[in-house]
Amino acid sequence: MKVRVDVMLKTGVLDPQGEAVRHALGNLGFEGVEKVRQGKVIELDVAEGTSEAQIKDMCEKLLANTVIENYAIQVL
Amino acid sequence: MKAGVIVFPGSNCDRDLAVAFERAGAQVQMIWHKETELPTDLDIVGVPGGFSFGDYLRCGAIAAQSPITRSLIKHTERGGYAIGICNGFQVLTETGILPGALMRNANLKFICKPVGLKVETTDCDFLSGYEVGQEITVPVAHHDGNYNVTDEKLAQLRDEGRIAFTYADNPNGSTGDIAGVISKNRRVLGMMPHPERCVDELHGGTDGVAMFRSLVDTVVAA
Repeated sequence: MKVRVDVMLKTGVLDPQGEAVRHALGNLGFEGVEKVRQGKVIELDVAEGTSEAQIKDMCEKLLANTVIENYAIQVL
Repeated sequence: MKAGVIVFPGSNCDRDLAVAFERAGAQVQMIWHKETELPTDLDIVGVPGGFSFGDYLRCGAIAAQSPITRSLIKHTERGGYAIGICNGFQVLTETGILPGALMRNANLKFICKPVGLKVETTDCDFLSGYEVGQEITVPVAHHDGNYNVTDEKLAQLRDEGRIAFTYADNPNGSTGDIAGVISKNRRVLGMMPHPERCVDELHGGTDGVAMFRSLVDTVVAA
């Protein structure tokens, strides 16, 4: 069973890397890019029957730092 | 006075930290991260700087799940002393022993230079050798030293006098110019700058000496 976890900085937390990407896009001549947020995608291959609660636990304990990051779980 | 320094794969300030403790009069032992229990007679545990586990996932995130770190959490819950420097500070925030999180520097650059720090409190056994408002010079060397806390948490840290140091000239975008914080029981200190890199004239400064000395003296006197 494949699971995809998206980890993003929380709204309101300044994302310096996203800002740098936004600047770089501007320098390349792409206009109108108002905001860039950069995050992580983590793909897990887990045993069939792994519950969403277990995956949530993985996110809370390790995959995301919930002080600054949000996560979203998607079972593929 | 017995100090232990935890060594993770990728730690690179462990020996400097051991020397700083030894110079202050402590007996030091190095503890590999795969040990499951810290020696029970340790007065203080040091979590050194470096790049534990290659900074994979997030700085300090994997080290925070190491077997020895569980024992470190128990040590701090029992009221044991601990200091986390640079990557060690990142590990302590990842475990939740200290509040907040360390993010990528606001200017995205790795910063490696001596910086001015203002001592914000001396009500802590690590800091009793300084004076409130004193400015000391300590080197920083980090890419992810941008301390982040919510406004409510920042207010709480200020109210409780738990900000150890602030930057005289904020190099990395840290909230409230914070360079180091202490735990609620005031026995755990986490900081991004490296006091163990300024304990010898040959380091170019000795402003870190007072930190190790005051802690060792307190424990020996107790």
